[in-house]
Amino acid sequence: MSVGFALLGLLENGPRHGYDLKRSYDEAFGRDRALHFGQVYSTMARLLKNGLVEVESEPGDGPERKKYAITDAGITDVADWLSRPEKPEPYLQSTLYTKVVLALMTGRDATEVLDAQRAEHLRLMRVLTRRKNEGDLADELICDHALFHLEADLRWLELTAARLDRLAARVRP
Amino acid sequence: MPLLTADDVHLSFGETTALRGASLHVYAGEVLALMGPSGSGKSTLLHCLAGILTPGAGSIRYGDRDLARMSDAERSTLRRGEFGFVFQFGQLVPELTCLENVALPLRLAGAGRRDAQRSAATWLERLEVADLAGKRPGQVSGGQGQRVAVARALVTEPAVIFADEPTGALDSLNGELVMKLFIAAARDTGAAVVLVTHEPRVAAYSDREAVVRDGRVREQEPAR
Ligand SMILES: Nc1ncnc2c1ncn2[C@@H]1O[C@H](COP(=O)(O)OP(=O)(O)OP(=O)(O)O)[C@@H](O)[C@H]1O
Ligand SMILES: [Mg+2]
Repeated sequence: MSVGFALLGLLENGPRHGYDLKRSYDEAFGRDRALHFGQVYSTMARLLKNGLVEVESEPGDGPERKKYAITDAGITDVADWLSRPEKPEPYLQSTLYTKVVLALMTGRDATEVLDAQRAEHLRLMRVLTRRKNEGDLADELICDHALFHLEADLRWLELTAARLDRLAARVRP
Repeated sequence: MPLLTADDVHLSFGETTALRGASLHVYAGEVLALMGPSGSGKSTLLHCLAGILTPGAGSIRYGDRDLARMSDAERSTLRRGEFGFVFQFGQLVPELTCLENVALPLRLAGAGRRDAQRSAATWLERLEVADLAGKRPGQVSGGQGQRVAVARALVTEPAVIFADEPTGALDSLNGELVMKLFIAAARDTGAAVVLVTHEPRVAAYSDREAVVRDGRVREQEPAR
């Protein structure tokens, strides 16, 4: 899911060939999960169909010769994705990391991404805290488990916020 | 109308600028969490809101009264009558018993000894530390001491309680118990709480949060 947005976002700084896109993606996000070429081309085909990218090269060229450019609709799609917090559930790190890096790369406000996510997490933590304090011991234990996981996510968000300058220096083109 | 308003507040300590255009609203009866990185200005903002520090520029209003335009005497009457405080630790008078500590704000406000102690005993009971009445702060645990401190902050039934990392020195189980009792009691009396914390699980006791970063505030809108 976030692969599509990441590839789209990478096009915001200029049109690129599929091969080039894969390389940038792997460099920024693919540390332990590099993309397959097939994944890049199938994702680009979907984005093309949805009008989020367009192809700049001559017809007849093979897929590896195609140069992709983001459309206005594509830019809007990336912006919407970045401003929409993720549904709070454990192990969101890779999606959130992608969002933060993409926001920095495209010159958007990454602290806004983090703040929106914090608000979303806290909203759920409030609900769980209330349920816990009104419930029995079983409720308490079950809610606490979820609360500790959400707290871990939030701590990671705080640390990331504190390291944004360093991250920005590394990822900005 | 908000109960407390910080409007474009600036404050420096010598060379260090702690607040650079901080604005915040506190509404009656709400629990507001102030979050944000270390050194971002949370405590400084709290002290400005409580009339302990005076901003270099901008204003703090309690209702429609500007704190900077009050006399020192008016400001300390306001602090004693309308505000309560809970800090991380070290706020209880070591020479007094827990009961006397809780009774102290009432005594300072002119209440008689017996009335003050009767109220204090009720508050210790609500915070589930009635058995500590005769002990001195040095003889109780950190979590127990914080519950006594909360009782002392609430005993005058203030309109606002300022709490700066009230569970900062406690483990999570004790911190949780303090928060649970503190917030339940504050909601009972209708006091607003301004709660500085960096712990998400503590912030989860709030109704909304405001994030302080580099001396400015990003405030979440109150729910309608
Ligand atoms: N009395 C003081 N004298 C000089 N500088 C101060 C004083 N109090 C605070 N500061 C400075 O003002 C800035 C804000 O401090 P403040 O205590 O408000 O931060 P904080 O957000 O409460 O941090 P923490 O989470 O670590 O408690 C910091 O740079 C701090 O060093
Ligand atoms: Mg502080």
